Amino acid sequence: MHRRSFLKASAAAALLPMAASTTATAAQKQQVLRLAMTLSDIPLTTGQATGGAEGIRFIGNSLYDGLFQWELRHRDRTSKLIPSLAESYTIDPETKTTWTFRLRKGVKFHDGSEFTADAVIWNIDKLLNRKAPQFDPAQNAAGGFFIADLKSYRKVDDYTVALTTAKPDSMFFYRISYIMMSSPDRWKALGGDWRKFAQHPSGTGPWILDSLVPHQRAELVRNPHYWDPSRVPKLDRLILFPMPDATTRASALLAGQVDWIEAPPPDTVPRLRAAGKQIITNVYPHIWPYFISYTKDSPFSDIRVRKAANLGIDRDGLVQFLGGLAKPAVGSVDVSSPWFGKPTFEIKHDPAQAKALLAAAGYGPNKPCKVKFLTSQAGSGQMQPVPMNEFVQESLKDVGFDVSIEVIDWEALRARRGDRADGPENKGIYGLNNSWSTQDPDFGLLSVISSKRFPPAGNNWGLYSDPAADAIITRVVNEFDPDKRDGILAELHQHVVDQSMWIWVVHDLNPRGLAPDVKGFVPPRNWFVDLTTVYIA
Amino acid sequence: MLRFAFKRLLYVVPVALGVTVICFALVYCAPGDPASALIPDNTPPAMAAQIRAEYGLDRPIPVQYLLWLSHVVVGDFGTSLSTQRSVVSEVVPAVLNTFKLACGAIALSCFFGILFGSLAAFRGGRPSDRAITAVGITGMSIPQYWLGMVLIVIFAVNFGILPATGMGDPSTATTGELLQHLILPTLTLAVVPTGIITRSVRSTVLETLQQEFVVALYARGLPTRRVVLHVAKSAAPPLLAILGLQFGYILGGSILVETVFTWPGTGYLLNNAIFMRDLPLIQGTVLVLAMFFVFINLVVDLLQMLLDPRLKRSRRQGD
Repeated sequence: MHRRSFLKASAAAALLPMAASTTATAAQKQQVLRLAMTLSDIPLTTGQATGGAEGIRFIGNSLYDGLFQWELRHRDRTSKLIPSLAESYTIDPETKTTWTFRLRKGVKFHDGSEFTADAVIWNIDKLLNRKAPQFDPAQNAAGGFFIADLKSYRKVDDYTVALTTAKPDSMFFYRISYIMMSSPDRWKALGGDWRKFAQHPSGTGPWILDSLVPHQRAELVRNPHYWDPSRVPKLDRLILFPMPDATTRASALLAGQVDWIEAPPPDTVPRLRAAGKQIITNVYPHIWPYFISYTKDSPFSDIRVRKAANLGIDRDGLVQFLGGLAKPAVGSVDVSSPWFGKPTFEIKHDPAQAKALLAAAGYGPNKPCKVKFLTSQAGSGQMQPVPMNEFVQESLKDVGFDVSIEVIDWEALRARRGDRADGPENKGIYGLNNSWSTQDPDFGLLSVISSKRFPPAGNNWGLYSDPAADAIITRVVNEFDPDKRDGILAELHQHVVDQSMWIWVVHDLNPRGLAPDVKGFVPPRNWFVDLTTVYIA
Repeated sequence: MLRFAFKRLLYVVPVALGVTVICFALVYCAPGDPASALIPDNTPPAMAAQIRAEYGLDRPIPVQYLLWLSHVVVGDFGTSLSTQRSVVSEVVPAVLNTFKLACGAIALSCFFGILFGSLAAFRGGRPSDRAITAVGITGMSIPQYWLGMVLIVIFAVNFGILPATGMGDPSTATTGELLQHLILPTLTLAVVPTGIITRSVRSTVLETLQQEFVVALYARGLPTRRVVLHVAKSAAPPLLAILGLQFGYILGGSILVETVFTWPGTGYLLNNAIFMRDLPLIQGTVLVLAMFFVFINLVVDLLQMLLDPRLKRSRRQGD
């Protein structure tokens, strides 16, 4: 079929039932949600979204599905992965390296083609196989790393695939959930051109891309044939606007130009509330910490100094300063997380104990503990980094620290994190303030704790090296029972809290501003959201 | 004049080369890594190295520059690292959007700048001159970012009569809707150049008024209206140079205004490209803006020669 005819036919097939129902309710007002993101552009729409977690939140998970997805309908419990395009999986009990996924039957892409095992293999080739015609360097860069350790993959039958990792690794389960399935048929119909595919994408997700204007807007419409009837969107249309300036987003919501904004600045929240807007918050797997340097010259090599820093910060005062849009942190994960464990070191504001610990470590009023922290002026998840650092600086000064702060821009901070704490650029830096996601344990915990994950192999910037922690990590990656694994992760977390591995400050509460008539949203304890439940009252 | 224009066009080549070399060097001098726009956290080192190689970011910096240049001379500006779209498809719509903003802003600035500057000059030393001068200095000093926010709060949030951000739905927006979206960013962008033009017009006209030929014109009994015409003709060439510079400044210097209003022009594009260390996009945008600047200056020079025969003669002698 000619490409254009194919597109028209498939679009018509997808939209016809919707058109019928739309006609029946023609008199009713269209349900449209206008949403302002913090991104400066519409993320990549071909499958593996760019733009970090926000890109996956609004484009990746809207247009596409992975084999498993995060459960996003509960506000009071930590999200876990639930079946999506795969109904179940098994792991080879002998090798512990082959994962066999049984795929859901009857799932269709937006173009009407069927989702099968061939599509899964085609999509993995898209990311990893440089010889495959559909290999896409852009998607490889955006998401290939999630499955970089795949040794082989094959179709078992039309609805079963077997994926084999290079070594036993239970964390693969989390990583495979990020791999989105694009339609091979649509790609072929567009002449194998990913740039055209970006304008006319086809996934299996609950939303279909209707139009895209780079840097300005993406309009998504409901997928009436979504395979999970409980997740067919209530809205007719979702319009996404990139709006990187926080104050502009707040103004746009106040002016009624949008119905939903991500991350309103704390100082605008009272005004938004006074104007009748809803401010929705919930704790989610985010931590605003200081990665600590364990180089020989770092004062933090002494556990007493690390503990003093954790006890010297007035977190309640900081939360108040942030207008209540944060929660004091007592570890990398929230106390409600199954990975929190039972640490014996209680993180709280205790200036007397902090001073005593510093004194024991050889510091005192005449010899303050001099440390330098590195932070950015803005950036993903960094909240209000400069005033927050200044607050921490004052707080720590009261207990005997002499903190200086170096502020650089976000990409420069990322680059400095990519160098180790003992790298020449980081000389004299003993703390790196970089917000972190603890959504999946590999990224959130293992990659920053393991002594095998010093940069560039991981994110253990400070060179934390702890044989006891490494031993627990070995057990984590070799445990394939999710409940048992959660228990071992709790052991790991409580161990590093007891070691005062980082300086933990606050968890962001992920604020969002919504117009009064936006209803049905459940803020999950997750970086992603489910917009299918949202409607305009 | 044609020879002069041709010669000036030839100057574009070293200017373009200089601009791109400086731009390239600055991005590499700045902390951060151009590959960071591409490579997410937790990418295994081997895969990160492969991605760097795929995009040519593993080569020595001079080689990267020469490769980029060899593509540019045949019209290929490359692909944006952060958006994965061609740089041309990113820059062209952005330039057109900025042009809409810049034309409105320069028209406003010229109108009010020339009006206020002339009034101040003809009333030199009187209270009205001092008032206009004070307003002009204030205009020059107002931070655009702050002014944009204030205008949004007043006209979009409090009165709700104008949109706060963006340029509307490009597929359905009428000219009226586009104009509505244009008003606030145009006003914000016009304030600083208005102040500068007011000050320049005032001093140029004042200087012209003190010349002997003006005294002679008055002495011959010419009415003020006629004298103004002579003064305008004499003051026009230096003022044209200032207007040209201001237009160039507006085209390239609207980063803050476009960011506050989420206006998808070159300033917004460049701002994001810089934060993402998106080298091809930075290079492409800066090159286009530099060419605009050179072109505007060329037009200004040609217009100056048309208006002032003395310049034409001196150029001829210079040739």
